Amino acid sequence: MSRLWTRRKAITTGLTALAGASGLTVAARLADQYGLIPPDHGGIYGIGETLTYASQRLLMSRHSLAREFSPSQISKVAPVNGGMPAAFEYQQLLARKFTDWRLEVDGLVARPSSFSLADVHGFPVSRQITHQACEEGWSFIAEWTGVPLSYVLNLVGVSTRAKYVVFFAFDDSWESLDMADAWHPQTLLAYGMNGGELPTPHGAPVRLRVARQLGYKSLKYLSQITVVDSLKDIGRGLGSISPELGYSWYAGI
Amino acid sequence: MRHSALVRITHWITAASFIALVYSGIAILLAHPRLYWGETGAIGTPSLIDLPLPMILTGQTGWGRYLHFLSAWVCILSGVAYMLGGMVACHFRNDLFRRGGPANYTVLQRVTYTAVVFVLFPLMIWTGFAMSPAVTSVFPVLVTALGGQQSARTIHFVVANLLVLFLVGHVVMVYVAGFSRHVGAMILGGNSVVRETQT
Repeated sequence: MSRLWTRRKAITTGLTALAGASGLTVAARLADQYGLIPPDHGGIYGIGETLTYASQRLLMSRHSLAREFSPSQISKVAPVNGGMPAAFEYQQLLARKFTDWRLEVDGLVARPSSFSLADVHGFPVSRQITHQACEEGWSFIAEWTGVPLSYVLNLVGVSTRAKYVVFFAFDDSWESLDMADAWHPQTLLAYGMNGGELPTPHGAPVRLRVARQLGYKSLKYLSQITVVDSLKDIGRGLGSISPELGYSWYAGI
Repeated sequence: MRHSALVRITHWITAASFIALVYSGIAILLAHPRLYWGETGAIGTPSLIDLPLPMILTGQTGWGRYLHFLSAWVCILSGVAYMLGGMVACHFRNDLFRRGGPANYTVLQRVTYTAVVFVLFPLMIWTGFAMSPAVTSVFPVLVTALGGQQSARTIHFVVANLLVLFLVGHVVMVYVAGFSRHVGAMILGGNSVVRETQT
């Protein structure tokens, strides 16, 4: 009787463990396929990041709009973190008021393109008054003017294999967005701020503006956009420069 | 009274994750130890409270934030298990909401535990989510009801302090009442309350 019981128990335990393990494997596969695993999923902290990113992408709308504010709520103070790019190339562009600036758009696109600042200014204009919080804790509200990234992505024809849009800057910084945030209507290539040109310390001539994430995702001083199906071969494969510096890739928190 | 296995396990998981949350929370706070009211606030704008703490801008928020959100997940999942278990076992009704239950808590104990479980921890979670631009894009009322993102941050800080105050009081009370017996009971599930009738 007792031997029978132990055997039955052993078989049940074994089957449960097997089902659990295969269940986890299937869940991990599915999660990867549906884009629920962030590029910085490794290590113990990766567990928290994956839970946050996967639950937000699963449970929340991919199209929800960040809150917008009235012009009277625009902050008088909009602090800046980090200095201007020291690169000679950038200094030259700045000296000539970005007339020679080009935004390269390549990767998994039908029509790789190179846009001038005049081209970008000629695209449909989108304005938003949104809140931007720094991961340090401070925040401000500003009006941003630019072209929706989705317009540019449609212009170059994004491949169906695309999973991420990668952004490179003149200060050697780089970022990436998943397609949910890349196609999001509030994701802008911004060239204006609070009614004027984008001030140089805020990322002139064109910066990224990602309304549903913390400030550090809104990469300044854009030089190149590359559409990819994997982030593994870029930098250390963690999705952006942020995890390389110890900060999470997904900053929607 | 004897604590159920679920209460004992979730107690220690919550305790560990809370310590990690406080530790990482301090690391995050020190990047900007100023608190504001309303939607925005930064250096150059008036603050509500200027904490007498050093401003540390040496990249301590990276690991601070990774640890904070990992511990928050552990704390919330453990809290959900505790709440469900507590409801099923009538732990709240018997021990917190009325006198003379199995635990035989005093009024002060019952009010404090009820406030911690049903007011302070939920407020921490609410104000935490209210600081997330992604979460508030779906549920804007989470932040507008509090008066803005910086208000949420300030409330998050104040309630965190109340919880730390509770932790200190809790440990002192356990120490006064018999440290090894109570901690042993919370780990192994023995009887922490010695009654006349039992001896």
